[in-house]
Amino acid sequence: MQLTGAEIVIRCLQEEKVDYVFGYPGGSVLYIYDELFKQDQVKHILVRHEQAAVHAADAYSRSSNRIGVCMVTSGPGVTNAVTGIATAYMDSIPMVVISGQVPTAYIGQDAFQECDTVGITRPCVKHNFLVKDVKDLAVTLKKAFYLAKTGRPGPVLVDIPKDITNLKCEFSYPKSVTMRSYNPVVKGHSGQIKKAVQLLLDAKRPMIYTGGGVILADAAEKLTKLTRMLGFPITNTLMGLGGYPGTDQQFLGMLGMHGTVEANMAMQNCDVLLAVGARFDDRVIGNPTHFDEVERKIIHIDIDPSSISKRVKVDVPIVGCVSDVLDELIKQLEAAEGKPDAKSLASWWKQIGEWRAKDSLKFKQGKERIMPQYVVQKLYEVTGGDAFITSDVGQHQMWAAQYYKFDKPRRWINSGGLGTMGVGLPYAMGVRFANPKAQVACITGEGSIQMCIQELSTIKQFRLPVKIICLNNGYLGMVRQWQEMFHGDRYSESYMDSLPDFVKLAEAYGHVGMHITKPADVEGALREAFTTYKDECVFLNFVTDPKANVFPMVAAGKGLSQMILAEDL
Amino acid sequence: MRHIISILIENEAGALSRVSGLFSARAYNIESLTVAPTEDPSLSRMTIVSIGSEEIIEQITKQLNKLIDVVKVVDLSEAAHIERELMLVKVRATGKDREEMKRVADIFRGRIIDVTESTYVIELTGNTNKLDAFIEAIDRSQILETVRTGVCGIGRGDRILKV
Repeated sequence: MQLTGAEIVIRCLQEEKVDYVFGYPGGSVLYIYDELFKQDQVKHILVRHEQAAVHAADAYSRSSNRIGVCMVTSGPGVTNAVTGIATAYMDSIPMVVISGQVPTAYIGQDAFQECDTVGITRPCVKHNFLVKDVKDLAVTLKKAFYLAKTGRPGPVLVDIPKDITNLKCEFSYPKSVTMRSYNPVVKGHSGQIKKAVQLLLDAKRPMIYTGGGVILADAAEKLTKLTRMLGFPITNTLMGLGGYPGTDQQFLGMLGMHGTVEANMAMQNCDVLLAVGARFDDRVIGNPTHFDEVERKIIHIDIDPSSISKRVKVDVPIVGCVSDVLDELIKQLEAAEGKPDAKSLASWWKQIGEWRAKDSLKFKQGKERIMPQYVVQKLYEVTGGDAFITSDVGQHQMWAAQYYKFDKPRRWINSGGLGTMGVGLPYAMGVRFANPKAQVACITGEGSIQMCIQELSTIKQFRLPVKIICLNNGYLGMVRQWQEMFHGDRYSESYMDSLPDFVKLAEAYGHVGMHITKPADVEGALREAFTTYKDECVFLNFVTDPKANVFPMVAAGKGLSQMILAEDL
Repeated sequence: MRHIISILIENEAGALSRVSGLFSARAYNIESLTVAPTEDPSLSRMTIVSIGSEEIIEQITKQLNKLIDVVKVVDLSEAAHIERELMLVKVRATGKDREEMKRVADIFRGRIIDVTESTYVIELTGNTNKLDAFIEAIDRSQILETVRTGVCGIGRGDRILKV
């Protein structure tokens, strides 16, 4: 059957069972948009800025384990998308980006809306393609979907010149593709797993530390089973929250720069560390030299060999898909003769109990000013701990991670690696499309929310009942916190002057706006938003204490056990 | 430590920039890089000379392996191997220096491949040290121009890098 390139694109999306494409039309993708128009299997979500299209597709993927798809035009369409692509890349999110390109004959001529898309995106995609022949189009798209989801996932971009979308060729969609240069390892080496089992059974002060890899591999249940079998303490990274039930006794909270005392101290002082789908990044272990000062054996499970022994030397590397390796680990543990050392474990837990007793997340809610932590706590109560929470980047992100307890994976959607302000609102859109009945709240700040505020319009168009929890302290809070702590209270450009009236702004877009200034009104406002205005988008502008800081804190360059606590100040 | 990394990579547009981009993005050092298609035109063979600690070189090979177009990576310097580089040197060759230049070229087993009344072009192959030694051996003021290919290398005996 002879089809045009544009028809092939749509047919491929249909074959991949793509239900939503987030995008924005433009000159180079006109033929593709024309074909989109003629069918209704693939629905298009028109955003207000290309960056938001990518973020929405990204969150669609994060919250569902399906591949997010977005489409942008050439030139500025692509450059606007770059922030979104880099965000997804840093967090290994499977995504396919389709970009228009100027016609083949115009490439390199500085044509209108031309840019070197493959060159610009190369460092922030898992892989990218420029389609030069319509005959290659279908197989290239198949490869894109295959690469995005297998191995260490990531965004894959397919750049399609306009003339290709209007040329015809015979269409058949390949059922599968093989690439001689790409064979990701899935199964872990059983000899290595055996070594790991022995180390775990011999451990006196064991610790389990897991990251986004557990979420990406849909391995939360297996991780929970393993952790309960062993009776070991467990911590999650920012990206790994929800990988183990946040309300469980064995869970020590998040670790890292703003981790709990018990998580950071146990991480630092353990003698055997089982790292699962986590990459020891600078925000997690702080200064690697300080971390190395304590002798411990490290078992590291990761699908990406380059993540192993990158920042920290590992004793038992296990390359493979977290889910498959955990299966094998559980199997070998069940068959093993020994049991974890109960006596040592008991005294380890006693020690952890002492750290826990410091209650490092405590804060005081007075009668006058709203504490931001309190808002997150109340949100947790009002939503029964069962909402999908997206966040932007900054203090509010850390408070959300600390005070909202995630019992399930894929409920906590944030930009961990790149730390992209502005993701929260488009993330909430993507989540809602992937989970049409879910409660979705976007925890944000008055700085971040203004970076993609235009999406209030998309939210109206598609009637997405997203609740925006704006912790408005009038400052770029995390910047202000660092300036207070490390730059002699010189608040250089961190004050947000001339803020809009967010209530009126929300109303202007056709949403409900609320302005909350008193602690006593916090819970009521949240309940109203989630009941009375259940089916509407509500912008809750909480005016919070501008002096509130995120604690505990491990200052940049310091070791994990060198935390600053709220009570120290 | 100096390492010679050999790569088999799909002979696709942009493959070179993926490799060179990786080195610049992660601040790895490239001493030299050579690339050309192999006997199988769908594959290119690349040789990169890099200097770094064992940890850095391990990261480099892992990161290279992660590139989708890369089929195989091997650190040639891990075992017995041969390395060669080609250099063309244009020198001034007049008066009594003309004879001397020819003699030094002969000692280094260089060949004179272009001759004018006042210049020679000398072709020289060998490992990097030999080429450096030649430059040291001749009077620097006589050098008009040099061009070097960068190192290419191959494993000795049964060490074969093939798909």
